[in-house]
Amino acid sequence: MSAATHLVGYDDAMENFDPVFGIEVHVELNTKTKMFCGCENTFGNEANTQVCPVCLGLPGSMPVVNEKAVESAIRLGLSLGCSIRESSRFARKNYFYPDLAKDYQISQYDEPTSYEGSLDVVLDDGTVVTIGIERAHMEEDAGKNTHVGGTGGIQGADYSLVDYNRGGVPLVEIVTKPIEGMGIRTAEVARAYVATIRDIVRALGISDGRMEQGRLRADVNLSLRRKAGPGEDQSAIEFGKRSETKNVNSLRAVERSIHYEAGRQAALLLAGEPVVQETRFWHEDTSSTTPGRSKEEAEDYRYFPEPDLLPVEPSREWVEELRATIPEHPAKMRARLQADWGFADLEMRDAIAADALEFIAATVAAGTTPQAARKWWMGELARVANERDVSLSDLPVTVADIAELQGLIDAGTINDKLARQALEGTLAGEGSPATVVAARGLVVVSDDSALEAAVDEALASQPEVLDKIREGKIQAAGAIVGAVMKATKGQADASRVREIILARAGVEG
Amino acid sequence: MTDWTRSTALEMAAALQSGAVSSVALTQAHLDRIAAVDGPVHAFLHIDAEGALATAAAVDADRAAGMELPLLAGVPIAVKDLVVTKGLPTTAGSRILEGWIPPYDATVITKLKAARMPILGKTNMDEFAMGSSTEHSGYGPTHNPWDLDRIPGGSGGGSAAAIAAFEAPLAIGSDTGGSIRQPAAVTATVGVKPTYGGVSRYGAIALASSLDQLGPCGRTVEDTAALHEVMGGHDPMDATSLDEPVPACLAAARDGRENGLAGVRIGVVKELGGDGYQAGVLQRFAESLDHLRVLGADIVEVSCPSFKYALAAYYLILPSEASSNLAKFDSVRFGKRVERDTIEKTMLATRAEGFGDEVKRRIILGTYALSAGYYDAYYGSAQKVRTLIQRDFAAAFEVADVLVSPTAPTTPFKLGEKLNDPLSMYLQDVATIPVNLAGIPAMSLPSGTAPEDGLPVGIQIIAPAHEDARLYRVGAALEKALVAQWGGPLASLAPELEVTP
Amino acid sequence: MSTLSRADVARLAALARIDMTDGDLDRLSGQLAAIVDAVALVAEVAAADVPATSHPIPMSNVTRPDVVRPSLTQAEVLSGAPDAEDGRFRVPRILGEEA
Repeated sequence: MSAATHLVGYDDAMENFDPVFGIEVHVELNTKTKMFCGCENTFGNEANTQVCPVCLGLPGSMPVVNEKAVESAIRLGLSLGCSIRESSRFARKNYFYPDLAKDYQISQYDEPTSYEGSLDVVLDDGTVVTIGIERAHMEEDAGKNTHVGGTGGIQGADYSLVDYNRGGVPLVEIVTKPIEGMGIRTAEVARAYVATIRDIVRALGISDGRMEQGRLRADVNLSLRRKAGPGEDQSAIEFGKRSETKNVNSLRAVERSIHYEAGRQAALLLAGEPVVQETRFWHEDTSSTTPGRSKEEAEDYRYFPEPDLLPVEPSREWVEELRATIPEHPAKMRARLQADWGFADLEMRDAIAADALEFIAATVAAGTTPQAARKWWMGELARVANERDVSLSDLPVTVADIAELQGLIDAGTINDKLARQALEGTLAGEGSPATVVAARGLVVVSDDSALEAAVDEALASQPEVLDKIREGKIQAAGAIVGAVMKATKGQADASRVREIILARAGVEG
Repeated sequence: MTDWTRSTALEMAAALQSGAVSSVALTQAHLDRIAAVDGPVHAFLHIDAEGALATAAAVDADRAAGMELPLLAGVPIAVKDLVVTKGLPTTAGSRILEGWIPPYDATVITKLKAARMPILGKTNMDEFAMGSSTEHSGYGPTHNPWDLDRIPGGSGGGSAAAIAAFEAPLAIGSDTGGSIRQPAAVTATVGVKPTYGGVSRYGAIALASSLDQLGPCGRTVEDTAALHEVMGGHDPMDATSLDEPVPACLAAARDGRENGLAGVRIGVVKELGGDGYQAGVLQRFAESLDHLRVLGADIVEVSCPSFKYALAAYYLILPSEASSNLAKFDSVRFGKRVERDTIEKTMLATRAEGFGDEVKRRIILGTYALSAGYYDAYYGSAQKVRTLIQRDFAAAFEVADVLVSPTAPTTPFKLGEKLNDPLSMYLQDVATIPVNLAGIPAMSLPSGTAPEDGLPVGIQIIAPAHEDARLYRVGAALEKALVAQWGGPLASLAPELEVTP
Repeated sequence: MSTLSRADVARLAALARIDMTDGDLDRLSGQLAAIVDAVALVAEVAAADVPATSHPIPMSNVTRPDVVRPSLTQAEVLSGAPDAEDGRFRVPRILGEEA
């Protein structure tokens, strides 16, 4: 490795070169069964217990396509603005590897189901970048190799162990067109793109998109070309050799691997050395990439149409039916909600981070004001969820409950403090807020005679308060308000109590 | 004492039903026959006496209890070793699968079990069904019961020989380019390749996925029809299987036998005859045409010019698909492993040792044909040839209900004769291959023995896709006429095999 | 269309993971070259305005419902394994010394 490798930082690299990048994202679908067989598609079971002759690649076995996977793949393609091919075929990608049971992967080659789309990605500062989508196709996952001996990695291993539970799990591979002209924002755009894909698959309900569990995987391609001189057309300058980085397991890694690769490639180019076209692996612990197996030539996968499967020919009617099930794009939806609700950027960002958006939106839809909805979901409920170490969706309270609760406050039936008690009751399973309020008698007392009696009783113990008020210390009334609230277990209408006290003192409040 | 092994399967079924014989006795009679003659014939790779007799005993018990049983219940059968059988060794004729015991049954095996047919064992074949003589088996060749120095055909020589030697009345075979039909022709038995998709391929070890079909083998047309009905039908485990009812083969056979072929148009394919075909083969073919005329059929000549590309297209498509299908034999999960220090070297060594020459040739050929830069010229073009062949057949079927040709260009040649000349071996399939490329059904039945050598000759009948029943109608009618001419079924005219005491 | 050379056969055999001795290459190259020459005939239709047929019987949209079916047991899965450990298939190391 050249000594120049570590000397160029990302910013300098972008100063000197023009980056072009592409991303391949693999989405693991959350169908009940695998792509081509009826084995369960679940995670974390004992090795080789979710395997059948088909996904084990036994002689004589044959694949049959999972209809739900096709549906999910089409919906994903539609979400990416793709056209859906009228007739698409599966193809065999032939290569030998221990985790590939049949020693070929059933994928799609020149006839992907979805093609030619585009996706708007919104960056943190609001800039919108349009990413061209080349294709999205269906394929099956491979099993898992575990390396034994040495450091546990593939280098220096003594032997390997293979588990085929993951083999055959349905994947959709999304390939972008080369993305040019992002300059120093390349890493940021790449990260935002992968985050957007994650949001989309969650919104579609076809995957939970958890990168740390391998449900969403990104391979990042990057190449540098020299910057155009004055008057020169940048896009006419040839792309440099590219590297493909795998094992990028988080959004953070997407960004950081590009930082590293850009620096590495720039260092080589500045030193006059060639960039090798190769596959590299990202290492989170060393924040660097290392080369994979060197190949003198590109692997010849000898693609040909899968003879055991028939063409997938979704009717145009079905495609339109599926199009109607596509939810609004997360970025678009968030922009719309933020505008409607008048939230500040930070408030919006926090709500998104807390996964509270859908709850707030639903509560607003039930009639609550946005600020009130945000107050409950981001405030008291977020606190309780945190305490119990669960997510908001796990709490035993519904959107209807919250809307009802706020409604009771707005009607003056209860105050904020009583509302918290009512919510506590609902969370404890005592029923809806209205039920709890009735059962526990949590109603604000606004009957004047009761309040006057309570005020007089409190004043009897603290007669000096009235003098203080008459002297101009209006805030002295607070002690009486407190006493009355205590005596009424918080059910007094505090502002009315204050009015009564001031009236007793003969003062305007 | 009746020698039940000489009966037809349907005669056996009737005898079982009437109680004239028990399934155990019938099965034992076949096991005894196998023990007596299979030394020299070597049709079987594995014999499951225990399993077969257990099935037979259960059938006998259920029959005694008055239970209603399927037509062929208790009639024993042999299965080509290409078909995966749970708990029974399955080798596909290859050393790379030596000792492999599958953990699952092929769909056709499930159907045989539902039909309550005792499975006698697994029969020999060319390794991975690649061959026309069974000489490429990793376990030694099978010998033709008509002349033990000659080939029984291939790749399904074991199944055909077992039937011809009366070791089994019925067998399951597979046909990718003629592997059921050509052995049938050279052993004087009947074999049918159904319409592509007519029989499930789930559990049939794949050679060329777009060409392979499993099919029935027997000594008579009606026996074969009965087995076809057991084997056929839609299978959700095979995406390419036809979603339509099994053809009414038995009824069609009976119709042909009883009512002749008045008005049936029979097309003679010009390109499947003439040069390269043995004189005796052509003579028997011509005589069969005479019989068909007497039965009331109209004979017309048809031409299929694209057939000249058929052999070339086949020997591109098959190796290409096979090269991919056989990649799974990689030492990792099953089969032979020749261990080396890395997995890559282990794969290289295992496949070098486990595969025979013919398999290696075809894998390399297929790898070449699919390679980047060669796809369009080779595999891509071969797929176009298929379209042309389908169009030729379609045009022929405009003027004919079925087509006929000799099944194979020659009578069975001597063992060893063509082993060093692969191209010459490939020519054995010149008449059968176009059928697989088009996916349509075809039958071979005996048309006599060649006068010059006294060895079996077969006639091939070809029908349009989905019209398998037509094969049985025409075949049964012709068979009746021929049997009348011979004074008995041709199979019974085979020389008696020496029995090992 | 080039005839298949001995070097081609060696390269293809490696791609197909079949080890070849010099003797194997000697024996098979000639036979393969002859076969390739024979099948090259199909290139005559390469330019033809004819669609390719990959499935002999035209069908489409064959799928199965997303319903769980029983898997094999771990013991059944491993039953044919030449070498297994810890419920998994054991294979010699994947990378050679040079990697």
